[in-house]
Amino acid sequence: MDKNNLVLDVKNLFVRYETEDGIVRAVNGLNLQIERGKAIGLVGETGAGKTTTALSLLRLIPKPPGVEECDKMVLDGLDMLSLSVKELEKVRGKDISMIFQDPMTALNPVFTVGDQIAESIFLHEEVTYAEARKRAIEMLEVVGIPGERANEYPHQFSGGMKQRVVIAIALACHPKLLIADEPTTALDVTIQAQVLELMKDLRKQYNTSLIMITHDLGIVAEICDEVAVMYSGNIVEKGTLEDVFNKTKHPYTEGLFNSLPNINDRKAMLTPIKGLMPDPTNIPVGCPFHPRCPYMDEDCKKPQWERAISDTHYVRCSAYDRPGFHIKRRER
Amino acid sequence: MSDTILEVKNLTKHFKTKRGMLHAVDGINFSVKRGQTLGLVGESGCGKTTVGRTLLRLIEPTSGEIIFEGKNITKISLNKLRHVRKDMQLIFQDPYSSLDPRKTVSQIISEPIIANKIFKSSEEIHARVAELMATVGLAARLFNTYPHELDGGRRQRIGIARALAMEPKFIVCDEPVSALDVSIQAQILNLLKELQAEFNLSYIFITHDLSVVNHFSDEIAVMYLGKIVEKAPAEQLFKNPLHPYTQALLSAIPIPELGVKKKRILLKGEITSPINPPEECRFKKRCVYAYDKCDKHPDLVEISPDHYISCHLVEKN
Amino acid sequence: MISEKWKYSPEELKEYKKRSMVKEVWRNYKKSPSAMMGLVILVVIVIMAIIAQVVYDYEDDIVQQDIMNRLQKPSAEYIFGTDQYGRNIFARILYGAKYSLAVGIVSVAISCFIGSTLGLIAGYYGGRLENIILRTCEIFVGIPSVLLGIAIMAAFGQSIVVLMLAIGLVYVPMFARTARAAVLPVRDQEYIEAAKVSGVSDFRIIFTHVLPNSMSPIIVQVTMGVANGILTASQLSFLGLGIPVPAPEWGAMLSSGREFIRDYSYLTFFPGLAIMITVLAFNLMGDGLRDALDPKLKQ
Repeated sequence: MDKNNLVLDVKNLFVRYETEDGIVRAVNGLNLQIERGKAIGLVGETGAGKTTTALSLLRLIPKPPGVEECDKMVLDGLDMLSLSVKELEKVRGKDISMIFQDPMTALNPVFTVGDQIAESIFLHEEVTYAEARKRAIEMLEVVGIPGERANEYPHQFSGGMKQRVVIAIALACHPKLLIADEPTTALDVTIQAQVLELMKDLRKQYNTSLIMITHDLGIVAEICDEVAVMYSGNIVEKGTLEDVFNKTKHPYTEGLFNSLPNINDRKAMLTPIKGLMPDPTNIPVGCPFHPRCPYMDEDCKKPQWERAISDTHYVRCSAYDRPGFHIKRRER
Repeated sequence: MSDTILEVKNLTKHFKTKRGMLHAVDGINFSVKRGQTLGLVGESGCGKTTVGRTLLRLIEPTSGEIIFEGKNITKISLNKLRHVRKDMQLIFQDPYSSLDPRKTVSQIISEPIIANKIFKSSEEIHARVAELMATVGLAARLFNTYPHELDGGRRQRIGIARALAMEPKFIVCDEPVSALDVSIQAQILNLLKELQAEFNLSYIFITHDLSVVNHFSDEIAVMYLGKIVEKAPAEQLFKNPLHPYTQALLSAIPIPELGVKKKRILLKGEITSPINPPEECRFKKRCVYAYDKCDKHPDLVEISPDHYISCHLVEKN
Repeated sequence: MISEKWKYSPEELKEYKKRSMVKEVWRNYKKSPSAMMGLVILVVIVIMAIIAQVVYDYEDDIVQQDIMNRLQKPSAEYIFGTDQYGRNIFARILYGAKYSLAVGIVSVAISCFIGSTLGLIAGYYGGRLENIILRTCEIFVGIPSVLLGIAIMAAFGQSIVVLMLAIGLVYVPMFARTARAAVLPVRDQEYIEAAKVSGVSDFRIIFTHVLPNSMSPIIVQVTMGVANGILTASQLSFLGLGIPVPAPEWGAMLSSGREFIRDYSYLTFFPGLAIMITVLAFNLMGDGLRDALDPKLKQ
């Protein structure tokens, strides 16, 4: 990893919510570094802390009840932790941008799509509104929607097209980092294919770095360069596609792959991971996965650390301290 | 006892809307064999959910016939239908809205038992509920909990226990795992498979997720805008998809494996409207192979044993 | 049919016995300080009303006029002062509680029962039935409540029973509307479909599924209904159609004290205060009950 070419550098991020029912520990000591122009898939199930991480990067965690602690959060040279609210408003939408899951509710129904795209441009760049409107139309064309439709309202568009509009808004100011939170989950599979192709093209065109939050490993394989697997608020395995898919190391990652129905082998019984992700108010000591892990032993209750497998690949699993240990899923 | 438990002939459901007649389901034909699973696949708007509801007459069909265990149940009275409903059940997609938030787990599961007077004494009812809970893997201590206290996977198990309460022979599973996390999906799918083996259940498995349906079905029917466009045994469909829509659908699934070189077939445009659809093939506007014959919607024909397709291209080659 | 291993012994069954609904609700209700305060206030009012029946004699203490003592300011002897006829306002307020409570509660019970049933049926079945019920309600809503009350009392005579009936009927449309609106989102929920598939009859569905899930707005409407009932009763009493003067009904006291409001404001202040506190108590209880009945609220 080229340390000089990082678009995002996060060290030791902790996010917790202090509520009446206990402290919800959503993110627990996350480290994340992304190179310029690369796409990383942030994979995990519900409750892993992916969305919380995204909101934290945008500095949108509500405080109270949220409490954040972070050693370092640098976005392309900008120290995000020290920015004032006004400065953050300038950064959001321009340097870092986000797409949410549900396109149906992400757009304001009383404004035309053209206006919504133009708003983003107008707020962040030194242009007249007319200029902004013109660029908005160009942006629509870029995402594959005829420019004449700029004066239409969101309800006149289908789900897939709404999501394209949302992408247009997010990319209108050419941000350095785009966070996409399950952008295609609500879409049909053929529309999802179209939107993913669009995102791939746009990334190449604008050299935008991407954090793709998803639970679908197939999407990650298609659109990302790297993968980070999250569990109970931390990244348990991170590496290139090759590292994580073919040289899988973490038992949870192995469990995820085993739960997937294999298109090529229909008759195989699925092997789900037994149990459930822990309640974030009551996370197990040491490795949060150990109660469900088939390879668990007493050392798993001790604090875990990032063990480097290679230059690009690391895993948080004390089992690899044991000589000769490896999970069943072997190199492919 | 015949091999076929359910047969559907020319099932049609139209809805009257302000803008015209909405053809949700248009002349569907299929059958399900005892102990087997028919997968009903398609994207939003294809009519698969309507088919599921219509089979149980939660929605009344506009025309066509539903024949369950040899008896035509399309027009029988609601009273007689109640008897049939003991044998046909439904598992819902949304584990949140399919359970009454004001009822406990045991109340939800015991409701069909009480409503149909299967057992009289509360002792027997309790015992049956406990048995069902154990069958679907719900811990006994959850007897008096409310749905909102439980996660999606457990809620879905409650729905399954409820469906099993009357010992049905046939269950329509309407996207039973779509709302669940991947590892929970696997748990529920395994459970459904075990139950099928143990009780010789027949399923119709409605879903948009092709990887799941492959794993789970014996036969698959692909739907588009109210019509079946291709129907074949599961293995056949995946090895040799013939209809352009099926091919596009299969190519669209992101594969969680590296090095799989796959040509992505992208469909043009968006799904057309099901309101007052024209005579032409419903898929024509998005199909790259469309030619003049496609001005009339093609019939569903059997081109090889058990493999049906509705496409004029079969005439070309 | 069921193997022996699933049959529980009576001791085991007791453990799994459904937690009594009433105890559950009470347990939740107790957790809210405002709800408890409402309950306490109401209990105090009821106790006072009972004491008043025992301690005071209607003829001597409540209606006996004493012109010599009229319009006395509140003092040690007359805690709330005396009205324009020299009557002890404090005694009248205590005694009058029974009228307001009775009329408020009974009339609301009538409107709630009839109105909610109509609304539930309208909302659940939809179509023609819904239309008929709604349009009929709209017709009645167009008639001012007091006029409708007058018409009913004129037709059926004047007595406390007819008064309760009249006010009850006047507010039926409000409950019907509220109940129907509450049913609409519930009717489309999948658990209703699930109940149909399970073979549950419509009647059971409405009363065991739809009603419990639409109860919240109806309960709130009940508390508002009590307030409305008390106020409408007072209007009618003022017009001579409600509880006949000289009975110390609060609303009537309020009305008759109006002409003295500038110099002898205590004539209206205390009855007004009494109405306000009673209505407040019902509102707090209503909110508390609604929250206590909801299993989803964090317990």
